[in-house]
Amino acid sequence: MYPENFRYTKEHEWVLVEAGIGTIGITDHAQQELGDIVYVDLPKVGAAVDQGKSLGSVESVKAVSDVYSPVSGEVIEVNHALSEAPEKLNQDPHGDAWLVKVRLTAPGEISNLLSAAEYQSYIGAEK
Amino acid sequence: MSIQKVRAHISQNEALLFERSSPGKRGYQLPGLDVPPVDPAAALGAENVRVEIEGFPEVSEVEAIRHFTRLSTWNYAIDYGMYPLGSCTMKYNPRVNELVARTEGLAWAHPYQPEALSQGAMEVMARLEAALLEITGMDAVTLQPAAGAHGELTGILLVRACLEKRGNPRKKILIPDSAHGTNPATAAIAGYAVENIRSSERGTLDLAALEQAVTEEVAALMVTNPNTLGVFEENIARVSELLHRKGAMLYMDGANMNALVGITRPGDFGVDVMHLNLHKTFSTPHGGGGPGGGPVAVKKVLEPFLPVPRLKRAGKKWTWNYKRPDSIGRVRAFYGNFGVLVRALAYILAHGGEGLRNATLDAVLNANYLRKKLEPYFDLPYPLPNMHEVVFSDDRQSRRGVRTGDIAKRLIDYGFHPYTVSFPLIVHGALMIEPTETEGKLELDQFADALVSIAAEVESDPDLVKSAPHSTRTSRVDEVTAARRPVVRWKPASTGSQAAG
Amino acid sequence: MLEACGVASAEELFSHLPDEVRLKRPLDLPAGISEYEIVQYFRDCGAASAAGYTGFLGAGVYAHYRPVLVDTVVSRGEYLTSYTPYQAEISQGTLTTIFEFQSMICQLTGMDVANASMYDGSTAVPEAAMMAARATGRGGVLVARSVHPEYREVLATYARYQGMPLAEFGYHPETGALDLEDLERQINDLTAAVIIQSPNFFGVVDQVRAAAEIAHRRGALLIVVFTEAVSLGILEPSAAADIVAGELQSFAISPSYGGPFAGIIATREKFIRQMPGRLVGETKDSRGNRAFCLTLSTREQHIRREKATSNICTNQALIALMATVFMTVYGKQGLRELAEQNLAKAHYLAGKLPLRFSGPFFNEFVARVEDPDGLNKALLKKKIIGGLPLGRFYPELKDAMLLCATEMAPRKEMDVLAEVFSSAGVPSRLVFS
Repeated sequence: MYPENFRYTKEHEWVLVEAGIGTIGITDHAQQELGDIVYVDLPKVGAAVDQGKSLGSVESVKAVSDVYSPVSGEVIEVNHALSEAPEKLNQDPHGDAWLVKVRLTAPGEISNLLSAAEYQSYIGAEK
Repeated sequence: MSIQKVRAHISQNEALLFERSSPGKRGYQLPGLDVPPVDPAAALGAENVRVEIEGFPEVSEVEAIRHFTRLSTWNYAIDYGMYPLGSCTMKYNPRVNELVARTEGLAWAHPYQPEALSQGAMEVMARLEAALLEITGMDAVTLQPAAGAHGELTGILLVRACLEKRGNPRKKILIPDSAHGTNPATAAIAGYAVENIRSSERGTLDLAALEQAVTEEVAALMVTNPNTLGVFEENIARVSELLHRKGAMLYMDGANMNALVGITRPGDFGVDVMHLNLHKTFSTPHGGGGPGGGPVAVKKVLEPFLPVPRLKRAGKKWTWNYKRPDSIGRVRAFYGNFGVLVRALAYILAHGGEGLRNATLDAVLNANYLRKKLEPYFDLPYPLPNMHEVVFSDDRQSRRGVRTGDIAKRLIDYGFHPYTVSFPLIVHGALMIEPTETEGKLELDQFADALVSIAAEVESDPDLVKSAPHSTRTSRVDEVTAARRPVVRWKPASTGSQAAG
Repeated sequence: MLEACGVASAEELFSHLPDEVRLKRPLDLPAGISEYEIVQYFRDCGAASAAGYTGFLGAGVYAHYRPVLVDTVVSRGEYLTSYTPYQAEISQGTLTTIFEFQSMICQLTGMDVANASMYDGSTAVPEAAMMAARATGRGGVLVARSVHPEYREVLATYARYQGMPLAEFGYHPETGALDLEDLERQINDLTAAVIIQSPNFFGVVDQVRAAAEIAHRRGALLIVVFTEAVSLGILEPSAAADIVAGELQSFAISPSYGGPFAGIIATREKFIRQMPGRLVGETKDSRGNRAFCLTLSTREQHIRREKATSNICTNQALIALMATVFMTVYGKQGLRELAEQNLAKAHYLAGKLPLRFSGPFFNEFVARVEDPDGLNKALLKKKIIGGLPLGRFYPELKDAMLLCATEMAPRKEMDVLAEVFSSAGVPSRLVFS
């Protein structure tokens, strides 16, 4: 369920790092908790993000959730498809509905993150 | 299931005004002009004159009255039955209030008309001020704020002005995690950072946590008392002392005053500043979402900072005093929601001191009665003595996949408006119920029976509850699409669908 | 019931309250009185008032005829005693009328979206300013002195602790319209919004397009304020405005000594998520029928709390409904005719008096008068309430009075007013220096 090659945060974000570029999204657990997503607020290309700090937010009808960046870096691409169809986040949170791509400035940070197995047991324990 | 309550009358379809409109229909007739007409282009400049108000409706008077009357039958209202909405105090809106608010000399008074011709209006405001001071035990009051949230902002600005005058406005406002959303939103506008204070396991203010949290950086603590669980903060006097010792102030959100009037007074238990909700405790009508009134009452120390102008007695007359050098300024133009103030005063005059106190007794009795009737069926997360409202959780029902929102919708089929859903935040799946003193035993029994019946349905047929309501004009509306692709105005040929069939 | 609660009296339910907080005496308020006595009391208060006088005051609150249908509709219990329409299934009446209201405000103001009401025009202004700050990421606000003085005071109160430096720019002493050079001098790249009013406080129809051009060149938003809603029946709304903030009191809302009124904020589609206050949206129910519901609630305080677009909760729904009924009764042609009558009445009166400003005006204007207070005293003797002496708000305009004539101003009283002016030695048709 949770891709092995992703890394995860306790705030339910994931990141896939390839050649110094991190693709960031929210986990399936997160989209389930939120319910039907109605709006996604994302940063602009060129914006700086920091590990653990908010980079934007995701909204359902009755709730708003900040999205905390799993890594530090510079935003190089934003998934604009989500502004037209925020429901993609409910349908494919680990694939099509990635949020932003970031050029990492501190690759060592990844060691702070959880593996798929660690994340899985974390959310299991949360229940 | 036998539904005894009145059902909302389901009337015929009704299109929007724009869809019923056609050119040439009139609902008005102006008298003839007794002065020469003026050419708009000549007077205003041709580029300033609009050609027409595109899309604006034209209907006849009959169509207008039918339109609004038909639409009205799709609403629930206090005049139909109980609103058990916790924290809203949906009590009866006395009809005499509507009559007196329309008294000609008061309804047509212009705020800038000579004071000599405004004594009646000023007398109304002065009388209300005096009554509210007696009820709250405070020293001074402003009637300017238009609603509770507006009053909150005014109150926090007063605190800020006072602390600034002392040399340090400080940086944060403490807010319990059980607080109404307007509290933190208000603090932000006043330029303060918000720090959340967790409630104790009892659901009340945690004195030890407060002891830690109140530093020289804290300007004030905002509390609701009784709190949003309907529980009286028994340590409130000690909380006040704690704050004062550190030079901070105690703000009270007066939304739950209906539990206190005539029994205890915030001024007597250490509150420095508070707001009242006239549209809650003092019976002014909600009218579908407003208007309200949010007077702010303060202790002497904050009096110099109150919004300007203040009512002052000069000999035998009332006058507006603008010479208030320390005032925070205005929080709105003119003097306040005067029409709402009239209604609140009428309510107070009708009850008198003893009547107001009796209303409180009845409000608390009613809530406790409901608690006793419902306790066997719904989980009570904080089993403390409650006052005018009681908060259950959907814990038991959620095991069958049914949440508080579903139960609320099913309650509609029984002829009631839902209770407050999902608030306060410290209760997961909250059912917040406040009957007010308006409801008699008959209505309360029917309400309790309805909820008990629903609890049984949750066990035997949960899908019935999850897909409710079944008897309303519309079924559950698609709030998701409304938020994803908002359509917030009518456009020609944009609303392809007909009105509900 | 007491039995069910296990108590002998309701008093016992309070026994858990600490003794030191209990009020140990009855409330010191007179005993409750009967309905008849209540009506009498307010009738007496009403008698000590201006009933029977003809008034020429405007200045943000206007005397317009209230069609009977307005009170007929809002007195229905289904509207009067209903709650905020959070439960859409049993509030379609309120929700539908709000949707119609939002639509009509858009049509009137030429904007794309409008909310379901703010407290009043004066508080709509700082809310609009805060919107502009959010949308531009800047803090500074420039407001024209010809915006209603009490509105500016409210803006100052709100702006004080929000990192929102406020500055004022002036009006042209001859025309009464904006001093565009002063605006040009003061605007910079930190300006989030320029706030103007049209017709402005002096009644002058102002230069909205020119102000917009200056604001937009610097990346600031233009906020246009209105206090006299009837003017929208005849004045072309500005396509150049980014946000419109206004007061609807003219639409069948009683002057009622200053409130309750109803403000609105209307804006462009792109700013919709920055808007404060409630919004009603169109949607469908599960059977596919058209329905309405509150939407974009995540902007609001009950969800976003300290990051909300505003702290507003209760608004002015019933008052907005009065305006909706008014707009329906008059309709497209009626609002135009009503505005034309206002124009005619005010220009008739202005034609007999010396004007202070040369700018075009709708139903309010400033007359040049040596002793406005003295003149008002003389008018009172004729049961006429004169205009507002401006010296109280503009020290440089001590010799001026703001007068308003609506469709309700009788020719006879306008003639009397003009006569009193001329007997006091006020020359008519004075050429302003």
